[in-house]
Amino acid sequence: MIRSKWLSFENWKKWLWSFVRYILILGLAFVILYPILQKISTAIKDKSDLYSPIVVWIPQNYSLNNFLQVINIMDYWETLLNTFSLSAMTTILTAISCALAGYGFARLKFRGSNLLFAGVMLTILVPPTTILIPMYMNLKDFTLLGLIPLITGKPVNLLNSYWPFILTSLTASSLKAGLYIFIFRQFFRGVPKEVEEAAYIDGAGIGKTFMGIMLPNAIPAIITVTLFSFVWQWNDSFYTTTYLTSSKVMSTQLSSLPYNLAVQLDGGDASQADPFYLSMVQDTGILMAILPLIIIYLFVQRYFVESIERTGIVG
Amino acid sequence: MKTGLKLGIKQRTYTQQKAMWGFLYVLPWLLGFIFFFLIPFISSLRYSFSKITANAQGMIIEWIGFNNYVEALTINTSFNRTLTESIINMVVNVPLIVVFSLFLAVLLNQKFFGRSLARAVFFLPVILASGVILSLESTSLIQAVNEQNAGSSGVINAFSSFELQRLMLEAGVSETIVLYLTGAVDRIYEIVSLSGVQILIFLAGIQTISPQLYEASKMEGATGYEAFWKITFPMVSPLILVNVVYTIIDSFSRNALTDLIRETGFTKFNFGLSSAMAWIYFLCIAIILIISTSIISRKVFYHE
Repeated sequence: MIRSKWLSFENWKKWLWSFVRYILILGLAFVILYPILQKISTAIKDKSDLYSPIVVWIPQNYSLNNFLQVINIMDYWETLLNTFSLSAMTTILTAISCALAGYGFARLKFRGSNLLFAGVMLTILVPPTTILIPMYMNLKDFTLLGLIPLITGKPVNLLNSYWPFILTSLTASSLKAGLYIFIFRQFFRGVPKEVEEAAYIDGAGIGKTFMGIMLPNAIPAIITVTLFSFVWQWNDSFYTTTYLTSSKVMSTQLSSLPYNLAVQLDGGDASQADPFYLSMVQDTGILMAILPLIIIYLFVQRYFVESIERTGIVG
Repeated sequence: MKTGLKLGIKQRTYTQQKAMWGFLYVLPWLLGFIFFFLIPFISSLRYSFSKITANAQGMIIEWIGFNNYVEALTINTSFNRTLTESIINMVVNVPLIVVFSLFLAVLLNQKFFGRSLARAVFFLPVILASGVILSLESTSLIQAVNEQNAGSSGVINAFSSFELQRLMLEAGVSETIVLYLTGAVDRIYEIVSLSGVQILIFLAGIQTISPQLYEASKMEGATGYEAFWKITFPMVSPLILVNVVYTIIDSFSRNALTDLIRETGFTKFNFGLSSAMAWIYFLCIAIILIISTSIISRKVFYHE
């Protein structure tokens, strides 16, 4: 009798908590979704609905015209392919080099490694604007310590190719790479040391321990890093506008979308175009640019959700 | 092993082997650090002490000592104000964002109906608050007009937070804390949109905690509250450090000050002054970060 009463109290507490939880999550989700919903409602509106006072959320005349305009002007499919290949390439290379460096800093201590890690912190700290101009000069006449002029006779110009991205991500110094090294290091430090020592005692070398034991334990970290790296590379306009001047990638196409549209509509006079309509097409463009990211996230996120099997490891 | 000795190769000890591998693992990063960071960084320091004039032959760099720094701190009208404003903003926001994102990560890790959908929604700020999307968002005309229209119904919003404030003040809570919290409620969109990355980092951290720990604590009779403070909190504490560092840097990377630096450099073509500003700003962040990490890292728990 007493026991069932106690049980029902527990039950009450559980129900109350899940109720509060739902309210919180729904409220915050609404706060996040509000601008997106607004964009969707704008994107499916017809141009005539823009000035109609009775249309707030639900359009009177549905139209896919905005999407067609965006696909046409942004050269959407080609841009999508370019951006995807660029982001995927840098993401994979960055994840590999940062995981190696992170493990090196976390567990394989050598003389001066703490000093070098201070260097990682420095790369996180220094705003990219600070080193932009010297970096640009460096890549324009790329010599690799004077080696390339010895072979070909003159420095190479790496600008306007994917080489700056490949080189920086291969050497873990691409966009926000310091942060990824830091994330990896903190994760590897969180893995119990016993696991690693057990592997050594069983005769695994350092490389094998890293591949077979540490990496599977750090899958959430790997997914976090690849996801961030992919998204940030996708949206990045800072490096892409500096390194890639003529290639079509999402961020540059997106920021020049209203201008291109105005040119197409009025034959070159951007000041004549209706700014409200331009903003409407811009919003549609943003929606279409982030859509692939959301789709990718939906596929990837189940690796977050399924809790990692760590059987055989006593925490 | 014997052949090794014959050839004169010293048998390395376990620690030496580890140190060698450690250096090899770090090597790719080290190369990148030297070529793509240190060299440009030092030349930017040199720029900050010089007057730069660009002409057809290239750039002429002229040493002028501390003049650029003096100009940034005493002559430039907006630099000091922008710098202090961004520091105050950061001090206000960082604790809020870190606590909020840890709370949400714990919440999103629990089992409930529609969890994966909720996680997808909370990932959106990572996309929306980055790079080109963020800068376009702030110039969206339609958004601005709609917000203006919503302003009339926004009275209800202001009222609710006002009520909360009154309630807490009457309950005897200190006034600064009340103002801080209600301020946070009013800026909820800003806080949420700034904490997307932190939520994901915490979520991934919570996922790596082995479930056996929770099982054992449950058998010993620990409540969810105790499990949080005794298991989750110490286990994610390395990531609290990550998130504090990230939040500080992030709050600095998208404020009026970076705009000012970029504008001075690329619109007014005053590279020297721009580098000097970037250096002052960098030193400020460095000091704040060193103070906060040294405080936090004392409390952090590692498996070592």
